[in-house]
Amino acid sequence: MSNTVLFELGVEELPARFIDDAIEQLTSKTEAWFKESRIPFGEIRSFATPRRLAVQISDVGDKQPDLEEEAKGPAKKIAIDENGDWTKAAIGFSKGQGKEIDDIYFKEIKGTEYVHVTKFVEGEPTEQLLQNFKKVFLSLNFPKNMRWASYELKYARPIRWMVALYGEQVIPFNIENVTTGRTTQGHRFLGDEADIQDASLYEEVLEGQSVIGSVERRKQMIHDQLTSLQEEKGWSLILDEDLLNEVNQLVEYPTAFSGSFNEEFLDIPEEALITSMKEHQRYFPVRSTKGELLPHFVGVRNGNAEHIDNVARGNEKVLKARLKDAQFFYEEDQKGTIDQKLSKLKRMVYQEELGTLADKVERVVAVSGKVAEWLELDENTRQQTKRAAEICKFDLVTQMVDEFTELQGVMGEKYARLFGEDDVVATAINEHYMPRQANGAVPSTTVGAIVSIADKLDTIVGSISIGIIPTGSQDPYGLRRQSLGILQTLKEKGWNISVEQLIDLVHHFYRELNLPTRTHEEVEEDLHEFFKVRAAYLLREDGIDPDVVEAVLSNGIGRYASTRDKAKVLVSKRTDESFKPVQEALGRVMKLAEKASQVEVDPALFENDSESKLYDMYQMTHPAYHEALKEEQPEEALTVLSSLASPIHDFFDHTMVMAEDEKVKNNRLSLLKGISEDVRVFADLTKIEWKQQF
Amino acid sequence: MNIQDMILTLQKHWSDQGCLLMQAYDTEKGAGTMSPMTLLRSLGPEPWNVAYVEPSRRPADGRYGENPNRLYQHHQFQVIMKPSPDNIQELYLDSLRALGIDPNKHDIRFVEDNWENPTLGAAGLGWEVWLDGMEITQFTYFQQIGGLEARPVSAEITYGLERLASYIQDKENVFDLEWTNGVTVGDIFTQPEYEHSVYTFEESDEEMLFQLFTTYEKEAQRIMDKGLVFPAYDYVLKCSHTFNLLDAKGVISVTERTGYISRVRNLARKIAKTYVEERERLEFPMLAKEDESHE
Repeated sequence: MSNTVLFELGVEELPARFIDDAIEQLTSKTEAWFKESRIPFGEIRSFATPRRLAVQISDVGDKQPDLEEEAKGPAKKIAIDENGDWTKAAIGFSKGQGKEIDDIYFKEIKGTEYVHVTKFVEGEPTEQLLQNFKKVFLSLNFPKNMRWASYELKYARPIRWMVALYGEQVIPFNIENVTTGRTTQGHRFLGDEADIQDASLYEEVLEGQSVIGSVERRKQMIHDQLTSLQEEKGWSLILDEDLLNEVNQLVEYPTAFSGSFNEEFLDIPEEALITSMKEHQRYFPVRSTKGELLPHFVGVRNGNAEHIDNVARGNEKVLKARLKDAQFFYEEDQKGTIDQKLSKLKRMVYQEELGTLADKVERVVAVSGKVAEWLELDENTRQQTKRAAEICKFDLVTQMVDEFTELQGVMGEKYARLFGEDDVVATAINEHYMPRQANGAVPSTTVGAIVSIADKLDTIVGSISIGIIPTGSQDPYGLRRQSLGILQTLKEKGWNISVEQLIDLVHHFYRELNLPTRTHEEVEEDLHEFFKVRAAYLLREDGIDPDVVEAVLSNGIGRYASTRDKAKVLVSKRTDESFKPVQEALGRVMKLAEKASQVEVDPALFENDSESKLYDMYQMTHPAYHEALKEEQPEEALTVLSSLASPIHDFFDHTMVMAEDEKVKNNRLSLLKGISEDVRVFADLTKIEWKQQF
Repeated sequence: MNIQDMILTLQKHWSDQGCLLMQAYDTEKGAGTMSPMTLLRSLGPEPWNVAYVEPSRRPADGRYGENPNRLYQHHQFQVIMKPSPDNIQELYLDSLRALGIDPNKHDIRFVEDNWENPTLGAAGLGWEVWLDGMEITQFTYFQQIGGLEARPVSAEITYGLERLASYIQDKENVFDLEWTNGVTVGDIFTQPEYEHSVYTFEESDEEMLFQLFTTYEKEAQRIMDKGLVFPAYDYVLKCSHTFNLLDAKGVISVTERTGYISRVRNLARKIAKTYVEERERLEFPMLAKEDESHE
């Protein structure tokens, strides 16, 4: 006989952002628990609303399957005495296993016979086992837990009721003061409490109390309602998937409604309007089919269509107040000058140990200036860079950004234009926050890219200087994302600047701050390591094999774009059979040269032909190789190096490097050292594992 | 419904639920939470149920009485129930019904919002309650107060009275709200709003305020060492308000700011600890009272 099982956990409103993960956990942990408890079951369906998490399990068997277990007893010679009778040991064993002496049989294990019985273990009834299910509820992890009343339990929100049914039977257990039953709670306002007669009726009972239990069904309802509103009105809604999911987890019974706001508010920048609607009110903004923002919005009520006009009017009123604020901020922010706003940065903390935002900006200006100089930009662009760096944070003191933090940069660009700043400068203010998310677009303009890199470097170097180093999943200041942003920007721009140069430049400013506790050397080491790990990550993301990544980063990151190109060349070479002897030759040179200190090579000390041939070849390849690297042609550079392979093999065939004569030996090692140094500029080839792929 | 009737209604409602009706506390403060009726009484094991109106001063929000939404001083209706009752959400929703808000005609939601006041070493989890998209109430389960774990947990319900009234009375400007028949918020508060703003932003004597802060701080420290928790706490409140005035004036530098906040926090922590110790010395009288009433 089989039954349906239902477990429902009733809680006070869960944070919307907790629910998707919680129900996923509940489902997988339920499955694991049933398997571990050896209870036969069919399918698991899950349900979740802000006030409940539930699983319904179909075709649950009424008991565990019976088991036949073999139990091993004493050896035969102990079980049977010299007369051929059962000993006390044998009798005791069979009794202990709940069997008769006649049930005993022998089985040989590693040459010795032992007494055995087959034990029958009867499966336990499901109804009893289900009482232990409470541990599944208690095992759910939430991002934040709380206590309530006088209880010890910490949970996402207070638990208010539980339903646990095996078919029609209530499974008794309790968590703190809440005991299971068959009574569930309906919608807060449209429903009532209701008894569930049989576990299989859960979804219908909920629906009878105006609760749509299935997450997918609720989402589909919202989607359908939004689509039909869209069609009816000829609108095009901005259907953000994250917003849809969040809205879905804020309601038990959804009804979409639309509202309007005064057209005068459309003068406020669109980004501010959209943020206000989406982030603050969880509304879907509305565009015309041509893409213009319209003075309408769509919200989703937790309830039905009754009195929906009243709800819409209320929401309109709230939005109006918010937009009035935004309008006021927008007008106020345009008063005064940018310089007046900049002076307020002196009063805004950036990081307690790192001073104010004005201090940060000062460093960003200096770093940007230096980078512009390295890039040999024209005077005009340098001036634009300087200005952009100086005012890149001015919008942080505007009321609009104070209210809508996510609009930093966006408002900066808009206001900068209104204040008559240069186009390039205005764009750079917005772009210096890019990439805004992982794998987002990098700044398109040179000025934007410079300020972006300078700002991010300052944040990273500053944080690491005061010991804020991301560990595991902890990266509260987004340092990893920012360092990836720097590398990606450098890659796109292909500037002739190494990552190390940049780190040292910024660290130079921090050395003067004399920050507590950490030495410059520690900080430097951490910085280089931090960037190296990020570069390695990015290269692997680009499909570069780990050993090649290690090989190209052995000398540091250098110019990231070139390093990446070199890695790509090496990756393509590793499937090339003809490259194998090259890598062997160059790798062998590098290993031997490790012990050498380089002195001037003296051809007069050569004792055989292979030595002078290799030397001559090196004299030819050395300039050509560096020329190719300078020309950004890594493939060509590697080809030049490759021409050394054959003379190297020849050299090793005919020459004892470790000669007895110290002078001769050192001369040979120096030759190898020269070649090795060249190779090392490209990559540490000894790190590459030669795995031929055909 | 005018504000006066709202207050009467809420008082009646929470009084019926067993809350003591207290009056506003007579020292300046930024929020109802800072009244000793909440901050101190929510500490320790003794039961405590209370409701009161608290005028709350936020000097930096002063707008010379010209902004329709922002005030130097607004009013909160504050409820504390310790330990938090199982049906606290229902009790709250009933209070809205009492105010004439029929949930079936509106959209009421509990939207996650966690509250933290580092100055008081206090933190809690809960929601902001939305009425048709407007935040009308802050609903918090205290987890920590004055750096001490809240045991048992109090439920704190804070209604923003002007907010709620603007909805109930359908008014856009806070100064147009009716306090009672024929008298508006504007009639009562326009002048003080204006004068307090002038004082806060233009006329306050910084030197005197700096001096006061130090004086209050010292006094709090001194009397706390004598175990006089309540008077000490009054001086902490004075410190806090003085700091807010200085901050609004823009005369506290960045580095100083953190310093001041941590000075207030240290005081608050010390007071929290001393309060619990003093109550323990008195054998937690409210606990004994509860036992009596159960007999």
